[in-house]
Amino acid sequence: MAFFEIRSLGKSYGKAEILKGIDLTVERGEILGLIGPTGSGKTTLLRLVNLLDDPSTGCILFDGREVSGRPEREKLAARRKMAMVFQKPVMFKASVEKNVSYGLRMRGRDDAKVVRERVKEALAAVGLSGYERRDANTLSGGEMQRIALSRALVLQPELLLLDEPTANLDPRSAASIDILLQSLAGGKTAVILATHNMPQCRNLADRVAVLQAGRITAQGKNEEIFNDKAEDQSGPLYSGICVPW
Amino acid sequence: MEEIYSGLLQALELIAARDPQVVEITFRSIFISLSSAFLAGIICIPLGGIIEFRQFWGKRALINLIQTFYSLPTVTVGLLVFLLISRSGPLGSLNLLFSPAGMIFGQAILVSPIMIGLTITALAGIGPQIRDTSKSLGATETQIIITVIKEARVAVMAAVLLGFGRALSEVGVAMMIGGNIRGYTRVLTTSIALETSMGNLELSMALGIILISISLAVNLLLNRFQGR
Repeated sequence: MAFFEIRSLGKSYGKAEILKGIDLTVERGEILGLIGPTGSGKTTLLRLVNLLDDPSTGCILFDGREVSGRPEREKLAARRKMAMVFQKPVMFKASVEKNVSYGLRMRGRDDAKVVRERVKEALAAVGLSGYERRDANTLSGGEMQRIALSRALVLQPELLLLDEPTANLDPRSAASIDILLQSLAGGKTAVILATHNMPQCRNLADRVAVLQAGRITAQGKNEEIFNDKAEDQSGPLYSGICVPW
Repeated sequence: MEEIYSGLLQALELIAARDPQVVEITFRSIFISLSSAFLAGIICIPLGGIIEFRQFWGKRALINLIQTFYSLPTVTVGLLVFLLISRSGPLGSLNLLFSPAGMIFGQAILVSPIMIGLTITALAGIGPQIRDTSKSLGATETQIIITVIKEARVAVMAAVLLGFGRALSEVGVAMMIGGNIRGYTRVLTTSIALETSMGNLELSMALGIILISISLAVNLLLNRFQGR
């Protein structure tokens, strides 16, 4: 039984079919790279996984239990085991500390001292120590992205969903995020990394799924997808599919 | 013209001398209007949140109806509340008629459409990203609504201040529900109406100047909140 599983997932808006027959699994400590061009359905898929939207068909299983299509109370419990970093993160009109501690405060489990300590650690992890008192909305795009990542990491999620987490970052900041994500590998956290950045996916992912026009067109271990032959246009990433990006 | 000029001078003298009657009426007006804005605020802001966040049949029609009630004639609300709280009405046993509490109740009903409508507009302006972020970070539905209201706090505060302004300047509810009883339910607007009819123009003008000054202060406060 996989830690996280998607079976025959589909999503339609009216007559437009955005996702069709998606089957995926992710294990604890594994980074699954979800690559595909813009508009292929990566964000839609992550939103379904995070239970922000309901699928039109199929189901989502967390630890063997179906969590999609359940009452909101059950979905909330499952959602609290995950964290998602959006491609264009938004900050609440508050300090960095309030932003990073948001999820912890919503859960209301820890006292203020513990929360402050965990925020401090999470900010240090993304290289923004000492930013606690700053107004989150005055930060640069790259800093906001790192705050969004620390806001997710502070929750110590079992499943971390990343939607193009380094798309708005300069190369140095992007590299520091990549190192941080590498450090998650082999731990308790499973990661789904949606990106169109192939080198990043190649460096970080244990397994890779290729999403094109709402379908998984190739799926396998990193070395299977990004093998040398792939670059000769004969590997699974290129065989039989068009790679327009 | 000279009569107006001398009346204005006398009015300013009354204000400068802190005439006890003027001070008492002013503070009662502010107290009743603030209380009604507060009462309406604690009900209408969450209600606006629920209407904005929930999807239900007839939502658009309900919002249109609320917006139509922005300009509800104050005497119509006065009549409705009178029927509710008069001795034979359904709330007659509460003895609210001709009391400050009745005026607060009536004015709260009067300003409710403005507060609900402007709260809905304020929350709609926040956009879905904040809701999604809040939801994905594990907030419950109630926590999401509170978060979005906090994000829209400037616009929500503007709704409360506008409600206060409407309550302060209305005369229909204050007259019909309060009864303009001296030293008990007499407020700025009902006083101005009465004193003018009695020919006490200097007192009317003094009260009018105070009413305009308070409205101006509310407007300045509103601009300050909106960062203008």
